[in-house]
Amino acid sequence: MRATVLVRPKPEILDPQGDAVGSALGHLGFEVRDARVGKVIDLDVEAADEATAKAAVEQMCERLLANPLIESYEVEIVG
Amino acid sequence: MASPQPRIGVVTYPGSQDDRDALWALAALDAEAVFVWHAERELPDVDAVVLPGGFSYGDYLRCGAIAGFSPATAAVREFADARGLVLGICNGFQILCETGLLPGALLRNESLRFVCRDVSLIVERDDLPFTRRCTAGRRLVLPVKHGDGRYLPPPDLDPEQIVLRYVDNPNGSVGGIAGVCNEVGNVMGLMPHPEHAVDPLLGSDDGALLLASFVDAAREQVLATI
Repeated sequence: MRATVLVRPKPEILDPQGDAVGSALGHLGFEVRDARVGKVIDLDVEAADEATAKAAVEQMCERLLANPLIESYEVEIVG
Repeated sequence: MASPQPRIGVVTYPGSQDDRDALWALAALDAEAVFVWHAERELPDVDAVVLPGGFSYGDYLRCGAIAGFSPATAAVREFADARGLVLGICNGFQILCETGLLPGALLRNESLRFVCRDVSLIVERDDLPFTRRCTAGRRLVLPVKHGDGRYLPPPDLDPEQIVLRYVDNPNGSVGGIAGVCNEVGNVMGLMPHPEHAVDPLLGSDDGALLLASFVDAAREQVLATI
């Protein structure tokens, strides 16, 4: 089963990378109020059904894929 | 009787690069320093442990995140839980934060630039096994070299756990925090590199104050078991 994990810096965390991207977009003439940079992790997991896959991937996020102090995560099962 | 020589383990992860300097510096300060390979499930018979600087596992995912799951790191956790002395330098500090042995996290420098230069630090605590040869308020000059050194403390960090602060913050760390310890005081991490500053020929020997304090404390562990 394929899963996508989105990891984002928490809103209260300073994200200089996002700021740099936002300001570069501004230089290109785009009007960007805010930019934040996170990461995408695509996984192919062994699981009987969607709920089991989601629970397993959430465990992965808690233990390794995201650092709860600084990042939030979102799990999407794509089938 | 000659004072006993403490044995200090330096963990080498794939991508560690300051393990040799740490070994050399500890030996120069009269400790017997031994390498511990990251795949070892048990630590050898040591009185203290250093997690050195570098880029363990290529700093993939987050700095220190993957090293946090090395077999040797599990052994270090057990050692720390039994009140063993553990010092994490730079990447070692990042690993200790990722494993939860130290509070907080280390993020990309605010400038997005890798900083590599000497910095001045203020010693906040002089009663720790890592700082006993200093006096609180003393300034130390040590080199930093990191891209991810912006320390973010947890909201409930006890100010007593702050061991070192930068005089001029090189990376945007909250409160200028350069080094912290755990609640018990047997685990410490810092971004600057004391192991690169134990000989005046290298520009500063202030690092020897921290490392010699650590070696003294490790020696006391030996004396306690005789």
